[in-house]
Amino acid sequence: MDPRDFWGNRTKSCLCLILLFAVLLGFYSNVFSLIPRRQTEKSQSSPEAHHVQGRRESLTLSEGDGHLDSCRIPEVPRLLYPKAQLLKPSRVDVLVMTPWFAPVVWDGTFDSALLDVQFRNTTIGLTVFAIKKYVVFLRLFLETAEKYFMVGHKVIYYVFTDRPADVPQIALQDGRQVVVLHVGNYRRWQDISMHRMEMISNFSRQRFLREVDYLVCLDVDMKFSDHVGVEILAPLFGTLHPGFYAADRQSFTYERRPLSRAYIPRDEGDFYYAGGFFGGSVPEVYRLTTACHQAMTADQAQGIEAVWHDESHLNRYLLSHKPSKVLSPEYLWDERMLQRPPLLRKLRYVAVPKNHTEIRN
Amino acid sequence: MVVPRGGQSSGQCPVDKEHPFAGAQAQRLPPAMHCLRLALGLGFCLLLGITLCSLWMYVENWLLVSYIPYYLPCPEIFNMKLQYEEEPSQPVAQSQYPQPKLLEQKPTELLTLTPWLAPIVSEGTFNAELLHHIYQPLNLTIGLTAFAVGNRYTRFVQHFLESAERFFMQGYRVHYYIFTHDPQAIPQVPLGPGRRLSVIPVPGPSQWEEASMRRMEAISVHIAKRAHREVDYLFCLDVDMAFRNPWGPETLGDLVAAIHPDYFTVPRHQFPYERRPVSTAFVADGEGDFYYGRAVFGGRVARVYEFTRGCHMGILADKANGIMAACQEESHLNRRFLSHKPSKVLSPEYLWDDRKPQPPSLKLIRFSTLNKDTARLRS
Repeated sequence: MDPRDFWGNRTKSCLCLILLFAVLLGFYSNVFSLIPRRQTEKSQSSPEAHHVQGRRESLTLSEGDGHLDSCRIPEVPRLLYPKAQLLKPSRVDVLVMTPWFAPVVWDGTFDSALLDVQFRNTTIGLTVFAIKKYVVFLRLFLETAEKYFMVGHKVIYYVFTDRPADVPQIALQDGRQVVVLHVGNYRRWQDISMHRMEMISNFSRQRFLREVDYLVCLDVDMKFSDHVGVEILAPLFGTLHPGFYAADRQSFTYERRPLSRAYIPRDEGDFYYAGGFFGGSVPEVYRLTTACHQAMTADQAQGIEAVWHDESHLNRYLLSHKPSKVLSPEYLWDERMLQRPPLLRKLRYVAVPKNHTEIRN
Repeated sequence: MVVPRGGQSSGQCPVDKEHPFAGAQAQRLPPAMHCLRLALGLGFCLLLGITLCSLWMYVENWLLVSYIPYYLPCPEIFNMKLQYEEEPSQPVAQSQYPQPKLLEQKPTELLTLTPWLAPIVSEGTFNAELLHHIYQPLNLTIGLTAFAVGNRYTRFVQHFLESAERFFMQGYRVHYYIFTHDPQAIPQVPLGPGRRLSVIPVPGPSQWEEASMRRMEAISVHIAKRAHREVDYLFCLDVDMAFRNPWGPETLGDLVAAIHPDYFTVPRHQFPYERRPVSTAFVADGEGDFYYGRAVFGGRVARVYEFTRGCHMGILADKANGIMAACQEESHLNRRFLSHKPSKVLSPEYLWDDRKPQPPSLKLIRFSTLNKDTARLRS
C-alpha cells in the first residue's frame, strides 16, 4: 500500500513541477515581449541610397511636430548625387535668385532627387475650378497631372465645380485622390474668376488646413507637359507671366487707377505674376486669398473692377508680401501665342487651345 | 530565465530535496492542503519573477545611458511656433529700388543657389536696402556667441567686439554672449544703443581640442537656459577673427552655414571629412555638398538649438567609443549639415582667411581671420 501511494505522490510532484515550469515559461515570455524595449532607430533605406545605411539620428525632438511647420529643416538620409560647383553658376543666361533671396526656379538650378527626399512626407493639394463649360478641360488636365505633377508624393485634387456629375473618372496613382467640391456659379466669367479667391479662402479654413501641407492653385484650361515637382513648394510662390518676363515694370498690366485696391504706381513692381499658377503653405495661401477677396469686395463697393480681375489683386499682394519662390515661365506658357525662346529648356504647364467666346458665353 | 527556488517558503511545491521525506510528508497531507500549497508556491514564484524582471529593467537602462548626460528639454522653444513664418509675407513698406532684371545675368562667378534651392549669399546677389525694409519692422534681436576660453583667446575679444560694433547688424538689437573662463579678462567695449553684452563663465580647458569640443554643448545649454528668451536669431562665431565690412540681415535664415575658405574650389573627395566609419561624423567618399567652416554658423534660435544638440550628441557618442574626429567639432558640424541641409549658405566672403589672396569671385570680404594682427598683438 505504502510504496504504491508513495510512487503516486512522486508522480504528482513531478507533474506539479512540470506544470509550474510551463506556467512560468509562458508567463515570462509574454511579459518580456510586452515590455517595450528601447531600441535605437534603424535607418530606413531610400530608393536612391546606394551605400550601406549609416546611422540615422535617433533624436526625436524635432520630429513629430505638425503639418503646419513648413519651415522645419527636414532630415535627409544618405544619398548619392553630383556635387554643386561653387565657381560654376548653374544658369548664366537668366536670373536665378531675386534680390530678396527667393530662388527663381529654372531647369538646371535644382536637383529633383534631393528635393524629393526633403519633401517626402508632404501632402500637396491642387485646386482647380471647372465651372459651367470648363468641365470639358478636366479630363486632359487630370490625366496629364497624373503623369507629371508631384509624382511620388501624396496629392489631393480639389475640383470645384457646379456640375459634379460631369467630373470624369480618372485612373489615379497610389496616394492620390480627387475631391469634388460642389459650388455655385456666376453669370459673368470675370466673376467666376474672381470668386475663386473667396472659395479657396473659405475652404482653406474649413478643410485644407487639416488635409494638406501645401496648396497649388491652377487654371483648368491647361495641361501638364513636363515635370512639375516639389521644387516649386515654398511658403509662398508665384509664377512669372509668360508675356511679361522680359518687360519693363512700366509696361506691366498692373491696375493703374489709384481708386482700386490693386493699384500699383508705374515706378513700382518686381515681376508680373500670372493668376493661373500660385500657391504656398496653407496658412499663406489663406492669407493671400482672404486679402485678395477683401480687396475685390472693397473695389466692388466703389464700383470699380481691376483690369485683370483677380490677377491684378494677386500682383498687388505679391508686391508687398514678397514670395519665397518665383517660378520661371517654364511653369506657365502658351505655345500658340508666344514664340519659345532658347532660355526655356522645358515647357511644363501649357495652355490648351480654346475658343474664348464659345466657352465663356 | 530564472526559476526561483526558495527553500524558505512554506508553500513551495515539494520538489527537489529529500524525496522520501517529502513524499512521506505529502502522503500525510490531505489533497486540499496540497493544492493550496501549490497555489501559494506558484503565487510566490510569480511575485519573485516580477520583482526580478523590473529590477533587471532598471539596471539595464541605467547601464546603457549612464554616460549620456540628461538635458532638460526646453519646451518653450517648440511652442514658440512660427511667429517668424510671417517673415516672407510681412507687407513691405513702399521703397524705391530697381526692377530685378530677369534676362540680364550679372557676371557673378559664384553659384547663387544650391541644388536644394538655398541661396548662396555673396555681394551682388541681394539688395541690402530692400532686405532692410523687410527685416527692420520685425523688431528682431540677433544674438552673437563667441568663445574666449584660454588666455590665448581672451586677447582677441576687444578687437572682435569693436569690429562687430562697426559692422555687425547695424540698426538691429544685438546681444553678445562671450563665453570665457576668466570674466575679468573681458574688456569693457563701448556699445551702441540697443546692443548688450553678457559674459558667460565656463570652466577652463586643459587643451584647445577639449575646449572646442565643448562649444556645442555650451551653446545648446545656454540656449535652453537663456538665449531662447532673449534673441530671435543666433550666430556662433570664432573670436580670433574680425569684421571688415557690413554683415547685415542678408545672413538671416532658418539654418545658416558658411563655406570654408580653404575648400571652396576643391572636389568633395578631398574635403577633410571624418573618413572612419566607426565615427558618427563619418562621411563616405561620394557624399558632400560643401565643406562648411566651424567658425560661422547660425540661424533661428530653435534651429541652432537642435543643430548644436545634435552635434553634441554625436561628439559624445564618439567619445564613448574612444574616437576623436579628424577636425574635431568641424567634422561633426559638416556631418550634421549634410543630413540637415542649411536653408541659407554664406559664401567665403563671410568667412575668409586673410593669408590667402582674395580671388576676383569674392567681391567683398566681411569677416576674416586676424593673422596679421596676431603677430602685432603678441609683440
